Amino acid sequence: MPVRHIHVILDNERASLLRAWGSTQAEEGLIRKDLFSEREARSQIEMLYDALTKGVSASIESDALDPEADCWDDLRAALAEVTRERTKRGVSTGEMAAFVLALKYPLFERLGATVDDTNGGVLIEAINQFTRLIDAVSLYTTELCISERDKTIKRQQDEMMELASPVVELWDRIIAVPLVGTLDSMRAQEVMENTLSAIVDKKADIVIIDITGVVTVDTQVAQHLIRTAAAVRLMGGEAIISGISPRIAQTMVQLGVDTGEIRTRSSLRMALADAFRTLETDVVIRTAK
Amino acid sequence: MDALEAKVIRKTRLVTAVSEIFRNGLIYGGGAVVIIHCDEDDRMVWIDCRDTGPGIVDMELALSDGYTSGGGLGRGLGGAKRLSDEFEIVSEPGVGTQVRLAGRA
Repeated sequence: MPVRHIHVILDNERASLLRAWGSTQAEEGLIRKDLFSEREARSQIEMLYDALTKGVSASIESDALDPEADCWDDLRAALAEVTRERTKRGVSTGEMAAFVLALKYPLFERLGATVDDTNGGVLIEAINQFTRLIDAVSLYTTELCISERDKTIKRQQDEMMELASPVVELWDRIIAVPLVGTLDSMRAQEVMENTLSAIVDKKADIVIIDITGVVTVDTQVAQHLIRTAAAVRLMGGEAIISGISPRIAQTMVQLGVDTGEIRTRSSLRMALADAFRTLETDVVIRTAK
Repeated sequence: MDALEAKVIRKTRLVTAVSEIFRNGLIYGGGAVVIIHCDEDDRMVWIDCRDTGPGIVDMELALSDGYTSGGGLGRGLGGAKRLSDEFEIVSEPGVGTQVRLAGRA
């Protein structure tokens, strides 16, 4: 009985419920006009509503709204789509959950108005069933939001990894590896691999590793740099470490890090000039008169 | 250090020392509990790093340059000591290691 009541209301009051659902959201500031158009929001709400109605209609026979049942597959799919669309535009997890929960109260109001008061047991049962369903759906939405976000974080991590260790060709036989941020073991490995394969690709003789953008050089970072320079030398190239600021020079001395035979320069500019000298390349700058 | 408006070089020294000590705590100590305290009157930042790892048997050897039981450069502990303004290390084999260091702003 209770599920039939819910279905009757969902079916008969579709237009008014959709309006009410939409307006609770507008009241609570959930419809982010800056993020999506009204028309888009309405079609999303309709899609979810129809999928929900379908699931409820399939549950009339068993007279129970079991959130685990297969009849909610359409609703899950619709939710996944809406969630993806919304998180992409920066709607927060809380907003998404509140969006789903906002359907409860307009429906309860109509249930109260339709179901006979002498039939209080049915009313409570209907509210119980529907609350359980919507809560489960809202929880599912939260999970979807989080998994969407996790995917974004993973993608950004991968992108950052690639972005953070580019190898650029400065001149014939001269390549530069500008390092920015923190140099942990994983990135150091990546930098080493990129550098060594670039030596082959670009036929480079000199590799300038620029650490201007590296925040801290501790023994581990120093060790990574020394290893990379040693690997470059094994391949017949020469490494110059540039961008050693006064403070980094001081800390490295205090740490007792020995850079040995690795050439170091204070700036990329000095390193480049040095590289030109080594390769006996003359660069003439003509100023137009 | 930012709150104390420390000079960049002072900040770099402390950050580097702390980086060495934290990594030791993580790699050799199997994770460490860290307490950071900022003493605004003395303009000092104190760091207390405590682990329950295997501990250090020969402290003199561990602090000497070039010695490492792992694969590092063997400069971390001695370097951290030189970079800090206050440095104290207590270790008991089988119990754990505690490092207390401070940097003046």
